[in-house]
Amino acid sequence: MQNFWEYLTKIPVGLATVFKTLFEKPVTIQYPEEKKPMSPRFRGRHQLKRYEDGLERCIGCALCAAACPADAIYVEAAENTNEERYSPGERYAKVYEINMLRCIFCGYCEDACPTNAIVLEPIEFPTGYTRESLIYTKSMLLEPPPPGVPGTPQQTPPGKYDRAILPFPPIDESV
Amino acid sequence: MAELVNLTIDGISVRVPKGTLVVDAAKSVGIDIPVFCYHPKLKPVGMCRMCLVDIGTPKIDPATRQVVRDEKGQPVIVFGPKLTTACTTPVSEGMVVRTATEQVRAAREDVLEFLLASHPLDCPICDKGGECPLQNLTMAHGPTVSRFDYDLKFHNDKHVPLGDLIFLDRERCIQCGRCVRFQSEIADDPVLQFHDRGRGMEIVTFSDPPFDSYFGGNTTDICPVGALTTADFRFKARPWELKTTPSLCTHCAVGCNLALNTRLETKTGGYEIKRVMPRQNEQVNEIWICDKGRYVHHFTRAEDRLHYPLIRQDGKLVETTWEQALRIAADRLERPSAILVGDRIANEDAFLIAQFAKAIGAALEQRPALPAHYADVARAVGIGSDADFKQLGAGDVILVVNGDVEEEAPVWFLRLRQAVVDRGAKLIVAHHRSTKMHRYAAAIHRYEVGQAAKWAASQRADWLQGARNVLIVFGDEHLDGSSARALAQTLANWLILGGFAGKPNSGLLPLYPHANTQGVFDMLEHATRPANETTDTLWLVGVGADEPAPRANFIIVQDILLTERAKRADLVLPALSFAEREGTFTSGDRRVQRFYRALPPLGEAKPDWWIVQEIARRFELPWRYEAPAQIFAAIAQQVPRYAELSYERISRVEPQWPPMGREDLYYGGTVYDNTGGLGARYAADAERSALSPYDVHVPEPTLAGLERTPRLLYRDGELIRRSAVLRAHIVAEPLTA
Ligand code: SF4
Ligand code: SF4
Ligand code: SF4
Ligand code: SF4
Ligand code: FES
Repeated sequence: MQNFWEYLTKIPVGLATVFKTLFEKPVTIQYPEEKKPMSPRFRGRHQLKRYEDGLERCIGCALCAAACPADAIYVEAAENTNEERYSPGERYAKVYEINMLRCIFCGYCEDACPTNAIVLEPIEFPTGYTRESLIYTKSMLLEPPPPGVPGTPQQTPPGKYDRAILPFPPIDESV
Repeated sequence: MAELVNLTIDGISVRVPKGTLVVDAAKSVGIDIPVFCYHPKLKPVGMCRMCLVDIGTPKIDPATRQVVRDEKGQPVIVFGPKLTTACTTPVSEGMVVRTATEQVRAAREDVLEFLLASHPLDCPICDKGGECPLQNLTMAHGPTVSRFDYDLKFHNDKHVPLGDLIFLDRERCIQCGRCVRFQSEIADDPVLQFHDRGRGMEIVTFSDPPFDSYFGGNTTDICPVGALTTADFRFKARPWELKTTPSLCTHCAVGCNLALNTRLETKTGGYEIKRVMPRQNEQVNEIWICDKGRYVHHFTRAEDRLHYPLIRQDGKLVETTWEQALRIAADRLERPSAILVGDRIANEDAFLIAQFAKAIGAALEQRPALPAHYADVARAVGIGSDADFKQLGAGDVILVVNGDVEEEAPVWFLRLRQAVVDRGAKLIVAHHRSTKMHRYAAAIHRYEVGQAAKWAASQRADWLQGARNVLIVFGDEHLDGSSARALAQTLANWLILGGFAGKPNSGLLPLYPHANTQGVFDMLEHATRPANETTDTLWLVGVGADEPAPRANFIIVQDILLTERAKRADLVLPALSFAEREGTFTSGDRRVQRFYRALPPLGEAKPDWWIVQEIARRFELPWRYEAPAQIFAAIAQQVPRYAELSYERISRVEPQWPPMGREDLYYGGTVYDNTGGLGARYAADAERSALSPYDVHVPEPTLAGLERTPRLLYRDGELIRRSAVLRAHIVAEPLTA
């Protein structure tokens, strides 16, 4: 009997909380239509990087795919020519796909890449309504060329881009 | 039995035949001595210094010529002041080898440091990366950091075509000379050589056309770095992504064991053959394959592969269902029919077709038709079931009659050539034109075109007497059926009368056109009935475009591709290629071997045996086979020669020497270990009972023989045409004599 009275007195207390929150501003947001600001060090989805001259950094080596614990990456390579060059050296990624549904955003691909081509960027996580739309293709992953610079493929002079792996630029300590 | 020698390697006692090299002796007890230039199939040169070990020999008292012993009675071992190359030093009695000393470790590290000084380290884009001896040995024995400045690295050309099939990366070459030595020692196409010296040293080809050889692909397997890449596999996949399935080559009678490397691919949305590699079978192809076997695989995913049954409606072929196609086929086959069977289909398919043809009383023939005239003779006096080409040598006679071994059975050419050149067998060649085999012949016979049988008949039957073994390789070039049979019988008589028939390493070796000529003959033998000039229904199962066929009112073509023949058919039944199904082939030397399914089926295409069985069911034949293994069990019951064979027996593997395709890629190259079975030969008739000589009637050669033009390796055909890399090599015009 005592429990029953205790129960009755607690009901208004609980309802008070309900009514109070009913008039508060909600904390959930309508992602992806609404977005929250992110820390610059946030590591979201991948981007395929370019050199300053617009050539793709990715050389289609598939080491990222080998390192990926989720088997999310698929690479098919092909051969560059001076007439039709995508990346320095002989090899480029003709097909590059990441299945965002498999990816666990661990960053191992970034670690494995010999040219720093694949980088997890502070771009929000991908969303979509179908499985197919979440397989990101090379054109979706590739960053746009720097302003005023042509994209790929490019026509290049013989002998200029013989090496696939160029010495890394000095690390930018400010980020 | 060769004389045995005792030695100790890292404290382990080893007993090996005299003359064995230290590196092989170590391998035989599981001690890996790293090598680059040494290859167990090539002569040692001692060029790379990677195999340095510490070798000591017992001290000999100069006065008494006796081994000096210490107070405990143990021989005193004298080690050299410097390390020795294990790949050039033969074992000797009492030798002590140390491979784990600090001095050896330091030597290996130094050799690798020197090699890496000039090496581009572009493993990420190197096709060998992941199965590279240089990578592996660097991880195991190399320095952990480089003392050289990366930017001062020596640079060189990275894309040097050596012909249109092989590309050289000059930076990656470590000058081991394996490719040069393979081309001159094994293939005898010495078209590669070193040029210049020091850091400028490079591999060049000086033939015209460049790198002119049927065996060039093998150099990419044994190259210990990614310096040689094939046009076919270049940048196609990383080795660790590949799935490997044991398979067989379908293009000639040798029956080379293959490993099909497959991978997922976006264009076709499924698995695709990325490369074809040799699979070790010391009895068949050792570790080699020819370029045809390596590059012709593209037909398996050709654009015009058949996916669905097609039926002719209003003059056009349109897709239909299996239900309808099988019903129509069965209806049509109720009428007088002829069935022609190509010799690339598996034994299981051919067996069911033969049973079916017998049951419905249809005419049945094999295509090409010529081998069926002599396949029974070749089988009767064939080489022994334990024959081993490696045992052929001094004292043996190899006779090549009317055949071009390099063109018709390339890997047999390699093996027979070694028996002659390296081991001293006597080669006699008889042909109406010159072939590559003529280079090694001790005696050459010539005759007019098409007169091979007459020439053979003019020889004394006992002219080969005195040899230890006699192996007779023969072909049917420019012969008609009866001449080819007369030739085979005459050759067989030499063996029978000379007492060679039934000896393991003696016998006939026919140069059949395809991988299963013998098998199809064995299966069809008792059901064969010649077709008339015209018939109501004609069913062609895997028959080539240029094969003659009777005229018919209704033509059923069963094939894997929309061939010229299929385009003219009334009903087209889509079959699966060898890569998409299981089965067995019987090679020219009667070795029954298995191939496995490497690719998923295409569309609704079905294995040939399934199609035959489904049609047969509509004739109320009570077959319910679920898999080729069950059909093979029926073959073993009903075809007496196959009685001792089973999938279990032909799938057996045993350790082979030299060990290949395991972790030690540097020893043998990237050839694959045999996991699919070594196969087994069924016995020749001569092994079971004594044969009496054939009664030979040598006919006058007819014009029909002239149509059997030389069977060149790159002759035009439906399959080779679909391989872009080989297209430029196709010989359109047949050689005229
Ligand atoms: S972040 Fe991790 S899981 Fe995602 S693609 Fe890269 S390696 Fe794979
Ligand atoms: S992203 Fe980097 S690791 Fe992946 S294929 Fe391209 S270059 Fe290789
Ligand atoms: S190309 Fe390869 S096999 Fe030939 S010498 Fe160079 S490293 Fe050796
Ligand atoms: S030798 Fe014959 S069986 Fe061997 S790979 Fe060449 S074509 Fe195929
Ligand atoms: S010197 Fe012995 S393996 Fe090269």
